[in-house]
Formats: sequence, C-alpha cells, structure tokens
Amino acid sequence: MELFFFYYLAGVIILTALLVVALRNPIYSALSLLIMFFHVAGLYVTLHAEFLAAVQVIVYAGAILVLYLFVVMLLNVKREDRYHPQFPIGAFLGLVIITEVLLLAFRRSESGTPPMPPAGSVAEAVGNTETIGDVLYTTYLFPFEVASLILLVAMIGAIVLAKRDLFEA
Amino acid sequence: MVEVGVKIVLSLTQIAVVMGVVLLTVMFLTLAERKVLGWMQDRMGPMEVGPYGILQPVADGLKLFFKEDIVPAGANKFLFSMAPLLALVPALIGFAVIPFGPDLTVEVFGVQFKPFVISDINVGILYILAFTSIGAYGIILGGWASNSKYSLLGGLRSAAQVISYELNVGLAIVGVLLLAGSLSLVKITEAQTGWFWNWFIFAPPFPQIFAFVVYFISAVAETNRLPFDLPEAESELVAGFFTEYSGMRFAFFFLAEYANMILVSCIAAALFLGGWNAPAPFLQFHGSLAHLLWLSATIWFAVKVYFFLFLFFWLRATLPRLRYDQLMRFGWKVMLPIALGNILITAIAAYLFPRG
Repeated sequence: MELFFFYYLAGVIILTALLVVALRNPIYSALSLLIMFFHVAGLYVTLHAEFLAAVQVIVYAGAILVLYLFVVMLLNVKREDRYHPQFPIGAFLGLVIITEVLLLAFRRSESGTPPMPPAGSVAEAVGNTETIGDVLYTTYLFPFEVASLILLVAMIGAIVLAKRDLFEA
Repeated sequence: MVEVGVKIVLSLTQIAVVMGVVLLTVMFLTLAERKVLGWMQDRMGPMEVGPYGILQPVADGLKLFFKEDIVPAGANKFLFSMAPLLALVPALIGFAVIPFGPDLTVEVFGVQFKPFVISDINVGILYILAFTSIGAYGIILGGWASNSKYSLLGGLRSAAQVISYELNVGLAIVGVLLLAGSLSLVKITEAQTGWFWNWFIFAPPFPQIFAFVVYFISAVAETNRLPFDLPEAESELVAGFFTEYSGMRFAFFFLAEYANMILVSCIAAALFLGGWNAPAPFLQFHGSLAHLLWLSATIWFAVKVYFFLFLFFWLRATLPRLRYDQLMRFGWKVMLPIALGNILITAIAAYLFPRG
C-alpha cells in the first residue's frame, strides 16, 4: 500500500515537473507546479513528516507560487520568446544533474542498501514538530543561523532595490 | 475488513453531518446578514418570501440553480470552470480538524470513534492555514480566466491582499501555539478548560488579546469581507473577480466566501475563546448530568462562532471600505509589527512563567 502511494506521488511529481517547463502557457506551468507541490507534500505525509508537509503547502503553494502567478499575470509574457535563449545553459545543467543522479544510483547498487535510520521511532514518540524544533536548535543550529542570515541579506537587498533613490542623494 | 468498513461509514456520516451543518449555516447567514444589515440601517430587510422573509435563502438558492450558466467569449474555459471549485473545496476541507465538542471517544462495533472532530491530526492548525492559502488560487484564476479587465484587477488585488494578511493570521496565532505547546486544535482547546481566565485571550502569563485583535482583523481581510472587500469592490470593479460568473459557478464563490467566514470564526473560537469550554465550569452540564456535557459544549461553541459571525455583519454595517494603499500599509506597517512583538513578548513570558 505504501509502495503504491509512493509510485503514484513520484510519478505525478515527475510528470508535472516536466509539464512546468514543457507547457507554453505560463499560467498552466504555474498550475502544474502547484500540483507538484501538493504531491511533494503527500510524499512527506507518507514519511510521517506532517509538519513539513503543511509547511511545504503554506510556503511554496500558498505564498511563493501566488507571487509567481501575480508576476506572470502582470507581465503578460508573450508565449514564443521566453525559453529559447536559456536552452543551452538549461541543457548543460540538466546534463550535470543527470550524471549526478546516475552516479549516485550506481553507487547505491554497489554498496547495497544503506542502513536505514530507525524510521519514525523518535518522531512518533514526541511528535514530529517537536523533533524538528529540537534538531534545528541543537544539531543543525549553525546551518539554521546561516540560513536566516542569508534571508536577512535578501531582505536588505530588496529594500535597497526598492529604495534606490534614498541612497543616491 | 469489517472494521475498515465501519470506519469508512462512520467517517462519511460525520463528514456529511458537518458539511450539512456548514451549508445550512451558510443558508441562514445569507438571510441573517441581510436582516442584521437592515435593522442596523433602520429598515426591515427581506420580507417578501415566506413569513417575515425567512424563506428568502430557499428562493435565492433556487434562482441561482436555474440561472443560465454563461462563459464569456475569449475566456479560458477550463480554468473558468475550475476556479470556483478551487475556491470552494479549500474552504470546506478546513472543517475536518475543528473540534466542535469535547474530545470523547465512543466505541462503535469495536472501532474507536471521536464524534466531535472528524480528524485530530497533530498539525491541525497548519493544515487549515495550508488549505486557506490555496483558496486564493480560485480567486486569482477566476479573475484571470474571465478575460475581463475588472475580473483581472479584482484577482490581482486579491492575490496581494491574501498574501499580506495570511502572514498576519499565521503570526497572530503563534502566541497561542507557544502557550498551548501544540498545533492540534483539540489539544489547544483542552489547554483552556476551567474558568474563562484560562482562555488564551485572557490567559496568564501573557494574554493574547493583541494577537486576537490582529487575528480577527486579518481574518476579515483574508475572507475579502467589508471593510476589506477590495477584490470585489462593487463601486469601482463591478463585482471584482466574479464579475463574469453566473448561476451555480457564482454560487460556489458565494458559498466559499461564507464557508470561509464560518471557518475563521471557528478557529477564532477554538484558539482564543476556549472552543467548547464554558466561561465557568458550572455552566456546563456536570455532576449527575455529566453524560450531557457534549450538548452544552457544542452549544457554547456555536454561541462563540455566531458571535464572530455577527461581528462580521456589524463591521460591514459600520465601516467604510479602505483604499488599496491604506489596506497594504495597515497590513504591513501596523498589524505585522504588533504580531511580531506579541510573539517576542509571549515567548519571553512563556519561558519565565511556564504554564501549569
């Protein structure tokens, strides 16, 4: 049963991810991205990470993608002249990622199945929200702080861009 | 196998009952809104259909059902029909985690069954936030797919408004979550048992009254109700994002708006006003009548929800609509700092004076 859900979710994720770049209409692209976000959230639910699933939908589907749609509607991009100049770069990046995936896949099949962490034993005992908070402020404290610093830099950057006239005077 | 069947039947009945109650409440609200507005403006409200106008919702429903369904020329047909569903489904799905009554467990044919909450998931409040944020898509896409300038402007306004105020809703409830120590609405309600000073709006160590005000104002904005109904401001945008909609598709948007009102009222009641808890323990059935606790509990919950719904109408009758820049400035420069400050102070207070 779990395997069935995994294959369904993974299949839809791959299909909609392809549609995001393949579809001509940017609104449809954004919508397939929405479907993809939902299925990624579904994947988290099957892994008993309900908190991550909810946050995935709130942050990506609820905020970021709405902003995308907002921009796409305001700009009203012409359908033809969007992706073509990016094609060589995109193809190069895609090739690098495919090589990485293949290398990892072969590595795994050589070394046998990696030792699984005791699935859910910790998370189910205290609830996965508590677990995430605990891990975030102990084991991963440094990366967490670095990530918040990066977000702060992005915020300052946005303010500088919007208030350029303030700094020129 | 029998157990699974019993479970499914029980869940489906529960869902049917909750949906039935919600839709009946919507029907009642359409009449109540017009009546309350009428009284506040010194007129009678609808009086024609049935005695004292009480059959008006039935007439409205029939009218919408038999109206012609028009798809405007040049509209994106697929998205035009999808948008009302995208607005309605997230509004209804949130009721799955609302605790309508005490956390009882009944055994039916060997299956554990909680009659007053459809599903007590451990991230309940985040689940609701996630789905209400999806509701914005219905509005944005409906506005875009209609191929009409008014609709598009309404949709874009709504996108900006919903994102801004969703943030405030999310931040306003963080204080409550800090005090309750849980994301499950059932557990949050249970943390407020006893006298009314245990409700999070009054609760020590730091009363969430500021968070409550921020939450309610943001909730009004998020449901696109007056005085924040800029996405459908009829004096400037005809009817905003649903200008081009008619018949049942229009009815779906309408239902979604009212279902959202009920949903945010339920959340406000459960988070800040103690949910199904009575203001004083002796106001619930207790002692020899303790087996009737669920009855008084659901009545208390309904009373609180209806209080909020009345507040919606009251605001509508009292306040004029904000201008768009005022709306944005208010959301980002007034509500957001208050919500953030509330989180800071609540966190410090909860650390220094842990509850119970």
